[in-house]
Amino acid sequence: MAVKTQEKTVREIPEATILFAGDSGDGMQLAGGQFTLASAYARNDLATLPDFPAEIRAPAGTTYGVSGFQLHFGSVNVRTPGDEVDVLVAMNPAALKVSLDRVRKGGTLIVNADAFGKRDLDLAGYNQNPLEDDSLKAYRVVRIPLAKLTHETLSDADLDKKTMDRCKNMFALGLALWMYSMPIEPALEWLSSKFARKPDILEANRRVLKKGNHYGETVEEFAVRYEVRPAKLKPGKYRAILGTEALAMGLIAASRKCGLPIFYGSYPITPASEILHELSRHKNFGVKTFQAEDEIAAAGAALGASFGGYLGVTATSGPGLALKSETVALAVMAELPLVIVNMQRGGPSTGLPTKTEQADLLQALFGRNGEAPLPVIAPGTPGDCFYAAFEACRIAIRYMTPVILLSDGYLGTGSEPWLIPNADDLEDFTPSFATAPNRTVDGKDVFLPYVRDEKTLARPWAKPGTAGLEHRLGGLEKEHETGNVSYEPENHEYMVKLRAEKVERVAQDIPPLEVFGAQEGDLLVVGWGSTQGAIETAVDACVARGLRVGAVHLRHLAPLPNDLGKILSRYEYALAPELNNGQLVRLLRERFLLPVASLRKIKGLPFKAREIEKEICDMLGISIA
Amino acid sequence: MPPAGKKPTLPPAGKKPAGLPGRKPAGPGGGKKPSLPMGAGGDGAPAGLTRKDFATDQDVRWCPGCGDYAILATMQRLMPELGVPREKTVFVSGIGCSSRFPYYMNTYGLHSIHGRAPAIATGLKASRPDLDVWIVTGDGDALSIGGNHLIHLLRRNVNVQLLLFNNQIYGLTKGQYSPTSEQGKVTKSTPYGSVDHPFFPVPLALGADATFVARTMDRDPKHMQAMMRRAHDHQGAAFLEIYQNCNIFNDGAFFEFTERNTKAHSAIFLEHGKPLVYDNGQRGLRLKSFALESIDLSTGKWSVDDCLVYDEGSIELANIVSRMSWQKDLPRPFGVFFREDRPSYDELVQRQIDDVTVRRGEGDLAALLNAGNTWEI
Ligand SMILES: Cc1ncc(C[n+]2csc(CCOP(=O)(O)OP(=O)(O)O)c2C)c(N)n1
Ligand code: SF4
Ligand SMILES: [Mg+2]
Repeated sequence: MAVKTQEKTVREIPEATILFAGDSGDGMQLAGGQFTLASAYARNDLATLPDFPAEIRAPAGTTYGVSGFQLHFGSVNVRTPGDEVDVLVAMNPAALKVSLDRVRKGGTLIVNADAFGKRDLDLAGYNQNPLEDDSLKAYRVVRIPLAKLTHETLSDADLDKKTMDRCKNMFALGLALWMYSMPIEPALEWLSSKFARKPDILEANRRVLKKGNHYGETVEEFAVRYEVRPAKLKPGKYRAILGTEALAMGLIAASRKCGLPIFYGSYPITPASEILHELSRHKNFGVKTFQAEDEIAAAGAALGASFGGYLGVTATSGPGLALKSETVALAVMAELPLVIVNMQRGGPSTGLPTKTEQADLLQALFGRNGEAPLPVIAPGTPGDCFYAAFEACRIAIRYMTPVILLSDGYLGTGSEPWLIPNADDLEDFTPSFATAPNRTVDGKDVFLPYVRDEKTLARPWAKPGTAGLEHRLGGLEKEHETGNVSYEPENHEYMVKLRAEKVERVAQDIPPLEVFGAQEGDLLVVGWGSTQGAIETAVDACVARGLRVGAVHLRHLAPLPNDLGKILSRYEYALAPELNNGQLVRLLRERFLLPVASLRKIKGLPFKAREIEKEICDMLGISIA
Repeated sequence: MPPAGKKPTLPPAGKKPAGLPGRKPAGPGGGKKPSLPMGAGGDGAPAGLTRKDFATDQDVRWCPGCGDYAILATMQRLMPELGVPREKTVFVSGIGCSSRFPYYMNTYGLHSIHGRAPAIATGLKASRPDLDVWIVTGDGDALSIGGNHLIHLLRRNVNVQLLLFNNQIYGLTKGQYSPTSEQGKVTKSTPYGSVDHPFFPVPLALGADATFVARTMDRDPKHMQAMMRRAHDHQGAAFLEIYQNCNIFNDGAFFEFTERNTKAHSAIFLEHGKPLVYDNGQRGLRLKSFALESIDLSTGKWSVDDCLVYDEGSIELANIVSRMSWQKDLPRPFGVFFREDRPSYDELVQRQIDDVTVRRGEGDLAALLNAGNTWEI
């Protein structure tokens, strides 16, 4: 290999997408995470898509053991993890095979040439070595003997082969950082804290990282390196944030702003467990976390805590929501606040545990026995999980109702630069607990637990421990105002409608919808949840094509915002893209009696902006290549 | 585009449907007067409260003759003596005849969902250790649908009292066999007899590492009250099984142990530090290897000194004695089987929060939001 030192050209580019792919044990999530940090340091806008197998240690070298981390970064607005990959780092043939179709033609493949032996190829299902035939001729292929170079770097270190081997992700990371002129310091710092107690491992990783970084400088294959300038983000103080982290902080912020400590009940399930892990670290905020025996107990305990005057929160994914539904219905009947977080994942049943989907919307809205409406809200980006969690708590307490927060796997594991909110600017929503009787009956002052607030229709919240307000709640139908058990037909119908009306009243708190793109015209895209970035990117592209396309993104799925109908009426067509088999679209058609079109993707993966753009253009009769 | 669809009309706030709620509705349960908080309240002092202060204005709706009445009466009588302010007392129940209990106690209450009362009570007690929490449950509620929650409540040692009304039948659903019904039981769902093997709640509770396990019966109010009091005194999860007669679907299930003519030689009352003697002193139990043997104290062959002296701190004895229930020739034990001190869950949860807070300082929201690597734009 010709190695010579030379000055390299640096070319400025607006954005790029890189994908680290390898075996589950190759440390790709780590490499991706550290690249993200460096990109954040470089002040880029960014979005990430970690994509890992459900098996913890799938057989090495197989396609189903491939773990990937995709990152889209730019000096321009970045709203999705990237439709097409510019640089793929493939640690083995399986990773190459699984990821190749994401790479744009002309893109760069950096392959670990040491991992293309006969056995590796067999495991990945290649009959021929793709590095040796011309199947990759549409790409620029850079073969690097990653394992060999790593071992060489560490030849004088007193480490076993396996330990050395595990450092090779640092080589790849170092090289990738060099390619995009990213700082290496954040990764070095991170290593120092991670391996503070294992100095020899720390030293090995540092050396390999630097070696990889230096490698780009010295080999001929890399004639140019790229640079992505800082993005023009809104001024302020930023940090990189993961969706689950944002969500957990949103709950803590809400707890502070309502003055109630959090009781968080949860049973481990991917990808919701991360919230449990995160909250459990913050006990000094008075957070009580409870790893329950199952989801039913998790929800039950959270509801018990709400009854006691706490901010009761429970979180789950997929099948866990089904288990919680009976408790949620009790919360509807007892009219107690409860926040239920559902990190949606591919279903039904165990489905695709590590993949994303938006298929629990109708379950969230209707998945309980009887008439049991409740507010449903959804965040649109990883950072938005903070605000959505905050809002869910606020509504739950203000309206004395369970609220379902629909996040998803993509939002949970995705990250982005986050404009840090000022803690003092967040709304205070301290509840006023009942302290005294609220009625006089037959000359006696009494407390009736189901007398309602005129504006919100919320009933009073009287905590156990408050003398004179002793009362009984339960799942049996309540008599209006007294809260006594009632089987009376008129009362039941009245109460069913009253509970529904209470949920509808939440709409009075929903701020006017913001329309992205054209404010009126040809087509309105209506989205919810994690598709926001892809939708806005697509709408941007359509507007650039001269199309009059706009988008609204729904934070509130129940009740729907009051102004949605008016906005819909300003466009010729409407389109609802969803990662499911058409759920929001049913609500829109039913509510507005409009022929809203539906774009469905159910592959466990987020939308590419391009897919939405194409659909919009198709609908408007414009052909795009 | 056509205009947006009209919003459905909903009842305006505060407006009641005709006849509500003042009118007396026809259906059962409707039109009850609102529950009036009674007694002094206010300062939280329980002084001067009587049994009546713990009754609600709701009609008690168990079948006439049901054992649940005696349990309720005993509880209402005990309450003023416990010295816990009414507003600090909470009854949490599941679903079943037994689980209607909270509606009849003028304290805070939550009639929840089938089997889940232990879970709900865990959240309540863990967040509000200052409350005195009682769980009321049935044999189906606690051992069938809620079996999972029961064992975890016990192993965690949540500081609550759990009263299991065991009538060996599903009462509310009109008489199917339960996990405690004897094999061969003929019910509506088992016309040819049940083939299910039953289990006994007491050994189950011991197996779940409960720190207080006792059994009593509806027909012995004095013993029942003593057991309730001891359950209440215990710091930690107190498990009290109450034999309860369902005179409609399983009448007489426990008469052998509860009725005067058979009780003496069929039931034995465990007392800490006292020899195991029953049948009016005529018989006793001695330990023979790892098993118990009933001995006749009247013939002169055996004396009280030969009888096993009960030690409620011994898990070994508790295990042996609780298993006695399977042996036909041995009496059925009542009383406290086992008791030990172990920190309660709610206490540990709070202690950990306090420790972490001392170590890391009270959480600071702004610091949390600004943690890690940040940058200015
Ligand atoms: C999820 C659910 N499944 C079934 C029922 C019906 N159900 C109500 S009570 C009960 C059994 C009650 O038996 P037990 O706990 O022994 O109480 P008892 O009525 O005997 O006091 C059943 C099956 C229910 N309410 N909820
Ligand atoms: S059915 Fe049995 S347990 Fe239920 S109230 Fe009647 S007698 Fe009591
Ligand atoms: Mg029963």
